[in-house]
Amino acid sequence: MTHLAVPVGSQDHTQGQAQSAVTLVEYGDYECPYCGEAYPILKAVQHAMGDQMRFVFRNFPISELHPHAVRAAEFAEAAAGLGRFWQAHDMLYENQAALTDADLFGYGLRLGLASDVVAEGLDGRFDAKIRSDFMGGVRSGVNGTPSLFINGLRYDGERDVDSLVDALRHAAREAIRPRAGMHR
Amino acid sequence: MSDTHSDEALAAGTPAPAFSLPATPDQMVSLDDLSGKPVIIAFYPADWSPVCGDQMALYNEILPEFHKAGAQLVGISVDGVWCHAAFANDRKLHFPLLADFEPKGAVARRYRVYREKEGIAERALFVIDGAGIIRWSFVSPLGINPGADGILEALETLGAAAPAEGNPS
Repeated sequence: MTHLAVPVGSQDHTQGQAQSAVTLVEYGDYECPYCGEAYPILKAVQHAMGDQMRFVFRNFPISELHPHAVRAAEFAEAAAGLGRFWQAHDMLYENQAALTDADLFGYGLRLGLASDVVAEGLDGRFDAKIRSDFMGGVRSGVNGTPSLFINGLRYDGERDVDSLVDALRHAAREAIRPRAGMHR
Repeated sequence: MSDTHSDEALAAGTPAPAFSLPATPDQMVSLDDLSGKPVIIAFYPADWSPVCGDQMALYNEILPEFHKAGAQLVGISVDGVWCHAAFANDRKLHFPLLADFEPKGAVARRYRVYREKEGIAERALFVIDGAGIIRWSFVSPLGINPGADGILEALETLGAAAPAEGNPS
């Protein structure tokens, strides 16, 4: 119930190297305030871990609670088509209170996305990808956002920088140990 | 975290106890109304638990998947119909919340998921097949949203045993 059901793959948005000792997966919603709180913390964690860690973001919009969450996710997916997913991801989390369509077109301009690219992105073409992320999360036992997985195992600890870095370093050490050293 | 959660919730293989509870001030829903198709019952402690991690809001998002499996979802808590109405409206829920309000917790008691001390239902899940037999049940620690992976797996097991209705191929 606490394992990542869908392995990290080519469908994912990643930062860092695939051969990193540790991979942190976040299931997030661009309009969720708790994800907004986690955003600068995860940035600091990435900074602290450097090239030891790969970071992955997957969509988990609770659309009925957060009416702009799916549109925001579509915008980020559209930006991904031009190699600007992470710039879009960051811009959305840094402007969580302003996620109307007009805002998204404005962010598009700032990221160098033509308005027709943004408009196409919002036409539903990414809905299957977003839903696929969401259902993969459900299958992994995601019950709210943000949900974090460290090397495929759900992380339920404190979400401050030190606790996360400790857990990630521990997982990195475990990952490079020989199999015989693993317990359970 | 729960310290006193009951370990005696009705288990797989048990016939699901019948019930008839108000979904709105003028509408009752009974287990009989739902029979013939799988039913998911989500007992939960109270309306208005914190957002984002809210179990009912999560199930609302997964509802199309439950329907694909031919299943109906109902939420049950001891809150009254007006409380349920306000909560469902606020969270834009598209499935019925039933009020186990009078006599208080009677249905939760029948499923053995009532917490006497607090006077609320456990956070408990039941998947019932079309013939009214409980096929899976799970009691989560009170403060922990159990997610939906267990429900989906239980529905798949049911589907493998007996193909869902409305699937002519």
